[in-house]
Amino acid sequence: MDVFSNLALGFSIALSPYTLMLAVVGCFLGTIIGALPGLGPSNGVAILIPITFTLGLDATSALVLMTAVYYGAMYGGRISSILLNIPGDEPALMTTLDGYPMAKAGRAGDALVLSGFASFYGALFATIGLMFLAPVLANVAYLFGPAEYFALYMLAFATLGGMASNNQAKSALAACLGLGIAMIGVDSSSGLPRLTGGSLHLYDGVDFLVAIVGLFAVAEVFFFIESHGKNSSIGVKLDNVRIPWRDIYLTRWTMFRSSVVGFIAGILPGAGASLGSFMAYMSEKSLAGEDSGFGTGVPKGIAAPEAGNNAAAGGALVPMLTLGVPGSGTTAVLLALLMTLNITPGPTLFTERPEVVWGLIASLLIANFVLLLMNVPMVKIFVKILMVPPWILLPGVTMVSFVGIYSLSGSYFDLLLMIAFGVLGYILRKLDIPTVPVILGILLGGHMEDALRRAMVISDGEWTYLFSSPITIGLWIAAIAGFVAPMFLRGVLKKPQRITD
Amino acid sequence: MASDRIFGLVTALLALAYIASAFQVQTSFLSDPVGPKTFPILIGVVGAVSAMFMVLRPDPEPEWPGMRTLGALAIAVAVLVAYAYTLRPLGFLLPTAVAAGVLSYQISPNPRTAAIAGVGLSLGLFILFKFVLDLGLVPFPAH
Repeated sequence: MDVFSNLALGFSIALSPYTLMLAVVGCFLGTIIGALPGLGPSNGVAILIPITFTLGLDATSALVLMTAVYYGAMYGGRISSILLNIPGDEPALMTTLDGYPMAKAGRAGDALVLSGFASFYGALFATIGLMFLAPVLANVAYLFGPAEYFALYMLAFATLGGMASNNQAKSALAACLGLGIAMIGVDSSSGLPRLTGGSLHLYDGVDFLVAIVGLFAVAEVFFFIESHGKNSSIGVKLDNVRIPWRDIYLTRWTMFRSSVVGFIAGILPGAGASLGSFMAYMSEKSLAGEDSGFGTGVPKGIAAPEAGNNAAAGGALVPMLTLGVPGSGTTAVLLALLMTLNITPGPTLFTERPEVVWGLIASLLIANFVLLLMNVPMVKIFVKILMVPPWILLPGVTMVSFVGIYSLSGSYFDLLLMIAFGVLGYILRKLDIPTVPVILGILLGGHMEDALRRAMVISDGEWTYLFSSPITIGLWIAAIAGFVAPMFLRGVLKKPQRITD
Repeated sequence: MASDRIFGLVTALLALAYIASAFQVQTSFLSDPVGPKTFPILIGVVGAVSAMFMVLRPDPEPEWPGMRTLGALAIAVAVLVAYAYTLRPLGFLLPTAVAAGVLSYQISPNPRTAAIAGVGLSLGLFILFKFVLDLGLVPFPAH
């Protein structure tokens, strides 16, 4: 079969000692990034991109390293959820609901191992799913013309706004903010500068890495200053770690169902891992019934969100690689990485650069086993790292961000812009305006306009062309439904509150 | 309430300014049917409409920090801006130590740990970037 010969090609790349080393380093860094409160997968990957870029890694190596970090961060997020009741990243929020009570009941080790195994299960399931589904979707993507792409971008913004935010107007505003920033600079087709306000610094446009690092990493520092690092580091003690075979066996179907749910949630453009873990947890909770004890520290309540979260993380790579539309905040950051490396994601990637795609998939398979080893027998090392106090961690993150951005361009203007994005990110998050649409807008703005203009060239300015094919109509309907439906489902899809001591 | 309204109003005005400057964009004589103006104008219009929604239907007021914390945040921003300007002329070590130290103090007001964080991060990151990752950093002012 095609898949297996491709996979053999992938393994021939992934098993070279250098690539293997990068995958292991990435897994290690990723788990730390995920585990540390205040450093989630999005900002962790974001601050590492400029550095990877200056290191001059080739495309496959850089991609292997960063996706290993991404998977690792998804695994690591559970550690602080369980031990500190602080989700290391947003998708890990659901893991606090049962993980922390179980840890308080003296079973911290069991909770960590069970969730580690559930992460492995979900991630492996999703990687295999990616392996079979991505080539199929890549073939479908050949049918996509500019009108279809334009509709697809609309779908991504609409579902992202509908699902991930509490207020549609605010997420639409965030998307416009990002798209508006993307327009700044020299217009690609006429070669004339637009909207630069006469500033020469802006002729090249706003670098999306500057925006990402500012909005994610620098803004986080401001939040820690506000809280004075108070909400951290009083957690549960971890004693000896054993493998709870019984719990793993009991939750085998939970893990399977959650992986399926999470994977599907991950594939939807704009939905991502948070939705994956949420849906997995909620569906298991309703399957188990009222008196199942969800929320009091039951094994199923830990296995479900972790399997769902990691399956969604893998699923989110499907639209990112085949269509160039990210399914979550972190995959948006990975898309930024691809763009920095001059790789255009999309169907042609699978035919023209098979070594990149299959090398990546093979590395992900390997990374999963590495992560299982790191997260079960070696979990104690990462628990130690959690003890790094915020007064050294956050200044460190800031300095790394500065050096990363500075080494990219060597211009103080980009650093000032990054600080401005940090302040903007702080204000936006205070006002409950999501920042992921801003990032997505900056990343996709150019492509979206390009798709629109090419569609209009084809149709000679006839606007109805945007709705002329069955695929476009389907995408527009999905976009409108994705944006409007959550308004009515808000009551049903209420997120459970965090447990407070 | 008020925060959403103020922010909505400011962004609505910004969106209008954005639309106005999009109308000023030069069009080359060889343009496609859409041209370089249409998409930015479209974005501006959607942005302005969403901003007006925020003005008309604001969410509950977020919890803003007190004056002291706002002061700390202002200091942090000022330090970062100063850091951005001094990184090139003064080399890596000194500005990094000062900036990291001040940030650390803003997070946890303890002069001793802040000093440790500043000096430690400055030296540690320099060694990491210069010798492990091989980035071209200048340790001291060049002269």
